[in-house]
Amino acid sequence: MLNETQQKILQEVAGLAAIPAQGAVNIRTDGQKSFRRDSEHIHISSKADKDGIDIRIDPGTKAESVHIPVVVTKSGFHDTVYNDFFIGENADVRIVAGCGIHNCGDCDSQHDGIHTFYVGRNAKVTYVEKHYGEGEGAGKRVLNPQTILFLEEGASVTLETSQIRGVDDTKRYTRAVVGENAEIVIQEKLLTHGSQKAESEMDVYLNGAGSKTRVISRSVAQDQSVQIFYPRVEGNAPCFGHVSCDAIIMGEARVRAIPEITCNHVDAGLIHEAAIGKIAGEQILKLMTLGLTAEEAEEKILEGFLR
Amino acid sequence: MLELQHLTVTVPAEGGTTDILKDVSLTVEDRKFVVITGPNGGGKTTLAKVIMGLVAPTQGSILWNGEDVTGLSIAERAKKGISYGFQQPPRFKGMKVSDLLQIAAGRRLTHGEACGYLTQVGLCARDYVDRDVDVSLSGGEVKRIEIATVLAKDSDLMIFDEPEAGIDLWSFARLTETFKALHDRQDKTILIISHQERIIRLADEILLIAGGQVQERGPADQLYSRIMADTAAGCNRLEVDGTC
Repeated sequence: MLNETQQKILQEVAGLAAIPAQGAVNIRTDGQKSFRRDSEHIHISSKADKDGIDIRIDPGTKAESVHIPVVVTKSGFHDTVYNDFFIGENADVRIVAGCGIHNCGDCDSQHDGIHTFYVGRNAKVTYVEKHYGEGEGAGKRVLNPQTILFLEEGASVTLETSQIRGVDDTKRYTRAVVGENAEIVIQEKLLTHGSQKAESEMDVYLNGAGSKTRVISRSVAQDQSVQIFYPRVEGNAPCFGHVSCDAIIMGEARVRAIPEITCNHVDAGLIHEAAIGKIAGEQILKLMTLGLTAEEAEEKILEGFLR
Repeated sequence: MLELQHLTVTVPAEGGTTDILKDVSLTVEDRKFVVITGPNGGGKTTLAKVIMGLVAPTQGSILWNGEDVTGLSIAERAKKGISYGFQQPPRFKGMKVSDLLQIAAGRRLTHGEACGYLTQVGLCARDYVDRDVDVSLSGGEVKRIEIATVLAKDSDLMIFDEPEAGIDLWSFARLTETFKALHDRQDKTILIISHQERIIRLADEILLIAGGQVQERGPADQLYSRIMADTAAGCNRLEVDGTC
């Protein structure tokens, strides 16, 4: 079913050594469905009008997971997919997505995943998305994910997205519309190297009374890579939001962070913090006194920073 | 044995240069507990950093167990059994207390082992072992974690730079017990820069450093009473004898 390269990619992006024994699963390989399985309360179906799937999670679903990894191994392959998640009231689920591209050829390979989440009242979702690229070809590995979320009253979503190495070009966009007493936590981790480019744009609308958000971006830019961040939060009701962007810059890399917070209500409280800088020399010296070389110390610091 | 020979550290200063250390020579026997004290700006921290390799001497050499380590890197000295607890330790975003302790120990530590080191510095281990060593910790907490990393490294030569700085009275009492236990075990060479009576009283020997030089050296019971007499008079004798 899956060849060795595909299995390796699957391991990288979804931590899957094999198809999980339990939970709902949909594996997409080079634009084709290569495996699908529903679980008792989670139902996956192909879209009729465009490429993609609908994932319906019954109200009250607990302790069931969803894995929907995407693997691209053909050089020059461009894939756009629309995945919609309908999460019933009071469900509590973990969704593992992610995309890996193995490009050995000279043509660009690209995957654009457009994910939309409709999160019902008091539902709780953890969404983990890992992006990864590999392959020695001159063709670029391009990933442009979009994640759109609508949170109903009391819903809670944690997005854990990461792109660690290998993706040449990425434009990420995240939009969340947050209802009454709902909360979204967005944790984004990014490492670029070589001449890679990464752009991440976010809009969080805190529309419901008591809504909350925390946006935590951690990134490392190495070599000549370039990163740009536009995290924007709008408070339209009594709400609380905190945005923090932290970047470590190395070599000749460049990082821009342009956070924007807008309060349209007197009881909206929004904070942003952004910091870009190289690794503090004191940190490296401290780890060297514990026996690490400067290179090992740097590696440990980055490992912790992006964990 | 630690031998310092004619150590001088010269740095640029307004209108020329200034000597932070001036031709310092001294020997510390194995398994001795030595407290270095003296007025601020006297050269104590520079001396400790020169031993660890964090500051290069302009002249002189450092011998550890008979080997000249002056040209060795910080990491090489660390591997040869020298460790140093920073006076103002750095914070690390994303690095957990347990990570730092494991790097220090050079191996994976069990939960119990990691907690043991934290308990020795007066931290309630359960509350700290999985926390990040970042701005969420107070200065005193970071300082105690720093001391715990030196304990975890378990080097033959441990240098602590003002371990009491920023630590509350209750935690300090616990820390003093840890230093006393180190002293009583007599299996490590300990150099502590300190101004605290309770630590000074543990010392086998006191080194008084001021003006970049060792001004006096002697057993704690003899030297400490003289230091206290000077302090009580409101003016430090070292300064009277020196520049004051």
